[in-house]
Amino acid sequence: MVENRPAATVLSHLTLILGVAIVAFPLWIAFVASTQTAEQIVQNVPMSLLPGDNLVESWKLSLFGGQTQYGSKLPPAAPMLFVSLVTALTIAIGKIAISLLSAFAIVYFRFLGREIVFWMIFVTLMLPVEVRILPTYQVVSDLGMLNTYAGLTVPLIASATATFLFRQFFLTVPDELVEAARIDGAGPMRFFKDVLVPLSSTSIAALFVIQFIYGWNQYLWPLLMTTSEDMYPIVMGIKRMISGGDAATEWNAVMATAMLAMIPPALVVLLMQKWFVKGLVDSEK
Amino acid sequence: MGAISLRNVEKVYGHGPKANKVIHGVNAEIADGEFVVIVGPSGCGKSTLLRMVAGLEEITGGEIAIGGRVVNRLEPAERDIAMVFQNYALYPHMSVFDNMAYGLKIAKVPRAEIEARVQKAAKILELGALLERKPRQLSGGQRQRVAMGRAIVRQPQVFLFDEPLSNLDAKLRAQTRIEIQKLHAELGVTSLFVTHDQVEAMTLAQRMIVMNAGRMEQIGTPEEVYARPATTFVAGFIGSPPMNLLAGSADGSRFTTGGLTLALPAAAPRGGELLLGVRPEHCEPSPSGGGWPLKVEVVEMLGAERLVYGHVGDAPFTLRIPGTDAPPRPGDTLPIAVGSQHLHWFDPATQQRVG
Amino acid sequence: MAVEKRVRFRSAWLPWALVAPQMVIVLVFFFWPAAQALYYSVQQQDAFGTSVSFVGLDNFRALLDDESYLASFKTTAVFSVLVASIGLVIALVLAVMADRVVRGAAFYKTLLIWPYAVAPAVAGVLWLFMFAPSIGVVTYALNAVGIPWNHLLDGTDAMILVVLAAVWKQISYNFLFFLAGLQSIPKSLIEAAAIDGAGPWRRFWTVQFPLLSPTSFFLLVINIVYAFFDTFAIIDAATSGGPGKDTAILVYKVYHDGFKALDLGGSAAQSVVLMTIVIALTVVQFRFVERKVNY
Repeated sequence: MVENRPAATVLSHLTLILGVAIVAFPLWIAFVASTQTAEQIVQNVPMSLLPGDNLVESWKLSLFGGQTQYGSKLPPAAPMLFVSLVTALTIAIGKIAISLLSAFAIVYFRFLGREIVFWMIFVTLMLPVEVRILPTYQVVSDLGMLNTYAGLTVPLIASATATFLFRQFFLTVPDELVEAARIDGAGPMRFFKDVLVPLSSTSIAALFVIQFIYGWNQYLWPLLMTTSEDMYPIVMGIKRMISGGDAATEWNAVMATAMLAMIPPALVVLLMQKWFVKGLVDSEK
Repeated sequence: MGAISLRNVEKVYGHGPKANKVIHGVNAEIADGEFVVIVGPSGCGKSTLLRMVAGLEEITGGEIAIGGRVVNRLEPAERDIAMVFQNYALYPHMSVFDNMAYGLKIAKVPRAEIEARVQKAAKILELGALLERKPRQLSGGQRQRVAMGRAIVRQPQVFLFDEPLSNLDAKLRAQTRIEIQKLHAELGVTSLFVTHDQVEAMTLAQRMIVMNAGRMEQIGTPEEVYARPATTFVAGFIGSPPMNLLAGSADGSRFTTGGLTLALPAAAPRGGELLLGVRPEHCEPSPSGGGWPLKVEVVEMLGAERLVYGHVGDAPFTLRIPGTDAPPRPGDTLPIAVGSQHLHWFDPATQQRVG
Repeated sequence: MAVEKRVRFRSAWLPWALVAPQMVIVLVFFFWPAAQALYYSVQQQDAFGTSVSFVGLDNFRALLDDESYLASFKTTAVFSVLVASIGLVIALVLAVMADRVVRGAAFYKTLLIWPYAVAPAVAGVLWLFMFAPSIGVVTYALNAVGIPWNHLLDGTDAMILVVLAAVWKQISYNFLFFLAGLQSIPKSLIEAAAIDGAGPWRRFWTVQFPLLSPTSFFLLVINIVYAFFDTFAIIDAATSGGPGKDTAILVYKVYHDGFKALDLGGSAAQSVVLMTIVIALTVVQFRFVERKVNY
């Protein structure tokens, strides 16, 4: 802050508060809606901005499913949460493990075809799943992986961003450390396990956040390749709940489900905020 | 047991027309328990040579043997050596204890033995209180000691030091030098020490190898290298201020240089074109008034001594006199005398010592 | 930073084993499908879907002639320009403010980045709920000031809805990068400008904004890619591409034509076009922003 301009400072704070309010508003609405009953939402227009007292009921309905007031059967959110959790963890952990190994090979070994491998991985940056959905679906189907955890996770696991982030980091590790390890008698995998991975812990933490959220928020891919309800991740499940039109939708349960869908990734971001921010900004350098 | 043999060791980078030979045929026999310093200016190849002994660089020509075993094809860990790096190379995420124990852990040395060795090394290096700390909590000098501790616990046949004092400040450097000397006296392990600092070389070496542009210019004790430098490079590199060199031609007891004819206290070893070398500390103002004419230009007062810079003929010349003597004035011509045993003669074509 | 690491391990088989997992997945799930997309883009399935025949660039020509495809292109362009520009401006304003305040900076930062965690699909549902024609809170407010709102019928309203939802989600990401960019500008530059007599407004335009240009450009590319691809879920959740096709962006059309209309060749051709666009954008980003791609 260079000068003392109280008016400008007040303006800054006001703007920021406004920003926070706008950003938080949808969340607040969702929370309020999840504390009311479906009738209240539909009949009291506009919906009150203060929480109601139906919190427990709405959330229970969302988690465990059941009959709605309109006679339709609501699928339980709990199993979907489980699917999302398994998917997100598998993708995050799988991606980190594979990328660590690949980056290690690319940086610390000289082997025939190294450059080809590097470019092949680089090219995948340019092929997000949305671009190749149809043929990828075909491949997964041919491999019999439709509607399985494997199908949900494996095609999304080979990412270039993680590999590049680790590669970038490995290049900053001093050569002398590798030489000292060699003299100490450490072979490559020993060095990897005892020295490189511990030193990478910050990058791993940041990537975990990013990849967990990436895996949790997957929509299009699960939409395509899951066919039975017990394999739907929650993010997908929500959309299916609103297909009935404004009035027929059990909005309180939908909003409760939305909150459930938002909580785990938000927790991960907030708890690991420091590493996350650092990793996000550093990964693009 | 820990003797090192360097036989015609060569290093070439690249191949074909772009091949670059950086080490040319180095030969040396280092006895078990000897402390040998490899000294030379930046880029002379001394670190490369050390790394070839360590196994971190491939040996493209010649042989290196440690303890009688040819090690050309052996991995560093198999050569029974330990190395202290310039930048310490400590594992940042491990404690001091773990840093020192790492190599032993990999070699599957029993826990009790590891504990014993680390404690012993810690005692010698006064690291006892720091064993649980991480490297980033230590000062530069402490880190260097940990690096040495790591080398000691492996009980190798050979210690390799790659400019370990370069990153320390002057006072710490002097202190650590003394510690290294004491360490060697106590442990008696064959050591190869690389540095660009001739003071470190002179004070630490039992023998030293002076290198320049990939070639070994001389190998000998500090006294030998100082008193009888084998080449003009060694003559100029060892000793501070460097030796004065005058180019001219000799004829018996007369030496003609830059239009001047100088009387020599002893006859030159041969006639013809020669380089005459005299150290600044081996001249003195001539008591009798006759002697070589030094045209004084700059006088520096250092306390215990004075440095007089000028020219003899057209050759730059430096003279060292005690600080208590009356200082000559710039512009004066000071006659100086040299003892006969302090003349060095070199062949201008080969730069080698003559006679 | 491109210094070739001079220290390597020696092994004939180990590096291959290490890259194998990634290579296998990349080959099976990236290159093979991409190749297939290329293959099918130049094929035409017969009416019964039993055989394919090579038709050269016919599918691509058909796309150029297809009004709905061109409309989709236009929709996507409008969508991405709106999302990118609005998202960047709002995030920049917030970042500048956050950079200025001394107290509470961490507090604001935490509160502004959590939307990153929200799934696009959930964002779509949330905004749909707020703007629902009959029961939405915002709809009520709009109606109260005389603005009718029905995104189920009005294409413009639908576009506004998805743009808002997409921008809302992207603000945190942009904010983080702008903030980091602002904080990396040496304070001494700003102080020098102040001594030279420049007020905050002027300082922003003459010092901070130019120095932010690499960040801005980088974010621009990222936002456009985001608008092209990551917003599928928002669109599907909020409007299903409707009403009609008013919010059917390109990637949505690929999905629709491929899975709903089962047009193999056309959908593949569209995929190939999208691939080309992404590759072009990525190349632009690396060329002008990163300025270094090395081993």
